[in-house]
Amino acid sequence: MELLSGADMLIRSLQDEGIEYVYGYPGGAALHIYDALFRQDKVKHILVRHEQAAVHMADGYARASGKPGTVLVTSGPGATNTITGIATAFMDSIPMVVLCGQVASTLIGEDAFQETDMIGVSRPVVKHNLSVRHPEEIPEIVRKAYHIASTGRPGPVVVDIPKDMTTPNERYEYSYPKKVKLRSYNPAVRGHTGQIRKAVDMLLSARRPMIYAGGGVILGKATEQLTELTRMLGFPITNTLMGIGGYPASDKQSLGWLGMHGTYESNMAMHHADLILAIGARFDDRVTNATEKFCPGARIIHIDIDPASISKTVEADVPIVGPVDSVLREMIGMVKESEQKPDAGALEAWWKQINDWRAFHGMRYETSDDVIKPQEVIEMLHRLTNGEAYVTTDVGQHQMFAAQYYKFDKPNRWINSGGLGTMGFGLPAAMGVKLNYPDDEVLCITGEGSIQMNIQELSTCTQYNLPVKIINLNNQALGMVKQWQDMNYESRHAESYMGSLPDFIKLAEAYGHVGMRIDRKEDLESKLKEALAMKDRLVFVDVQVDRFEHVYPMQVARGAMKDMWLSKTERV
Amino acid sequence: MRRIISVLLENEPGALSRVVGLFSQRNYNIETLTVAPTEDETLSRLTVTTTGSDKVIEQITKQLNKLIEVVKLVDLTEGAHIERELMLVKLKATGAQRAEIKRTVDIFRGQIVDVTSTVYTVQLAGNSDKLDAFIQAVGTAGVLEVVRSGVSGIARGEKVLSL
Repeated sequence: MELLSGADMLIRSLQDEGIEYVYGYPGGAALHIYDALFRQDKVKHILVRHEQAAVHMADGYARASGKPGTVLVTSGPGATNTITGIATAFMDSIPMVVLCGQVASTLIGEDAFQETDMIGVSRPVVKHNLSVRHPEEIPEIVRKAYHIASTGRPGPVVVDIPKDMTTPNERYEYSYPKKVKLRSYNPAVRGHTGQIRKAVDMLLSARRPMIYAGGGVILGKATEQLTELTRMLGFPITNTLMGIGGYPASDKQSLGWLGMHGTYESNMAMHHADLILAIGARFDDRVTNATEKFCPGARIIHIDIDPASISKTVEADVPIVGPVDSVLREMIGMVKESEQKPDAGALEAWWKQINDWRAFHGMRYETSDDVIKPQEVIEMLHRLTNGEAYVTTDVGQHQMFAAQYYKFDKPNRWINSGGLGTMGFGLPAAMGVKLNYPDDEVLCITGEGSIQMNIQELSTCTQYNLPVKIINLNNQALGMVKQWQDMNYESRHAESYMGSLPDFIKLAEAYGHVGMRIDRKEDLESKLKEALAMKDRLVFVDVQVDRFEHVYPMQVARGAMKDMWLSKTERV
Repeated sequence: MRRIISVLLENEPGALSRVVGLFSQRNYNIETLTVAPTEDETLSRLTVTTTGSDKVIEQITKQLNKLIEVVKLVDLTEGAHIERELMLVKLKATGAQRAEIKRTVDIFRGQIVDVTSTVYTVQLAGNSDKLDAFIQAVGTAGVLEVVRSGVSGIARGEKVLSL
């Protein structure tokens, strides 16, 4: 057997795990590890400009590929800078392993230079964390970390590595375990057949059914099964913000997404449904609005890999714990075999009602002859990229507009921080996608507030030639904050304006990229085309959009699903 | 409702803080908490008493089960069970009080485990209500110090919580 130092074992373990890229930033406690990285060329390291961006890069890659991302940072500030990124991944169940240097084990607890209790600090925002206590444990810990991160309900795993665990001249026998033994971690491998049968019986006798599918469908790689079941049943379907792309948005059975800024028809159909089939969704407060008014006439079937997601906020009538792909496959089989068919008459009446709702709002917005509307920028981007681009966003109005007007027909292409709502996510996430999918179009749709939260990464893009397209919907204000202030605080715009925006064009150019400004509506299409045509350059497109636009529909606070603002003046 | 949740936990550093952290992070109550190693040195047994609606208790058990280091758990209050708490009390004991305290200790089937000319130290085991009742019986005025262990529990009959 080979003898390797702890640092070499760590890197060999990453190789054996099939890791191609590690996103990170070096520092004292991680230097043995960085030296081991230097002495090989299988695992490539991407040097970011701030550790938070390393985590979002790994996250963007994970969301696009379905595989765990990997981060490497030093102790103390290096580790604490990753926390926002880790919390982002945790809230959206994104598989990820974060390797953190730590001061030598002999110094732990002495407030040593760059010491932070990373195990303690990260505990509430990780699926699990592990600490290396002996160098020989490293291969097994790495295998465990990836296993835990990527199975069951995925999530981030932190590994804390004291510096003396990676000392170069102490060598140990290396072998990478094929399997891990974890007696207390056994995620469900299939759903309960009796429960699934019960659910199928309910589905086939429903009169106003609704399928409500979340991010679990994407994480659980079950879009095919979801599409097959939905088409077989002929039911309407809505996806959550995290579930966008789980069912083709352009299909006639899709009602778009639901919740606070979901479509009118989705929210109305949810409210009036008599049966809801929830699949890999967690009845988040941005979906349900007031839970006591949530879908009063509906019985609820809830499929989820995580038992704790079931009946957490809304009680399920038929809970099914299991991986969504296998549960749906079993459902499809039962529906096929069943002699009972969905009630065609009831469904026809239900679809008529839904189509009336569709016609009533239809995601309309007022256009203008001279001012560029943010919605039309997104619609044009959708057209110019044939709906095929990977789209990352930051958080705020631009995020909602992107989700509403870019129609995704495929999974893993819509990449946003849905749960934590992290501004600064978009650019590094786009970089993570572009690095791994260099031939695909990658758009970062952002705003002038969010982009400045990780703008330093324009430098990383230069170093690694990451020609993402940044579309900055510049309304010169923190749009969503301002919208809430308009609606709830009599337009008192407390701190929602930025009085000193940089010249984004010069800024992009300073980093070696192309900057482009669009402020006239007649230039929108030609300039966006021009930007997209520059395949090998990062283009920062600063689009001056309507400063007064709001996102609609918007659910009325503490109301039911059906209570919405449809424009600044219409409330239903 | 008050519940007693008994947990088998990997006997590893950090496992206990994960359990305690979960309770504060998700806004659950902890009334008492006890933890100690078991006959299997790889496992600790943790007992937590908590209160909450059925929905909250269901979430507590589900969230606890999600922790990688939680091997098994049971809500003892779902079935017949025995619960015990140990209390050590220092009582002012002078003059006529000494005999009175001795009688009360006997009634509660406690033991005086340390004596000075002015102080009795009493050891008492039982369910939490019994310990409360003892304090009430001797009167809080004479109580100098109280130490309670928190609740330990075990199911009645054949049922066991083991691997």
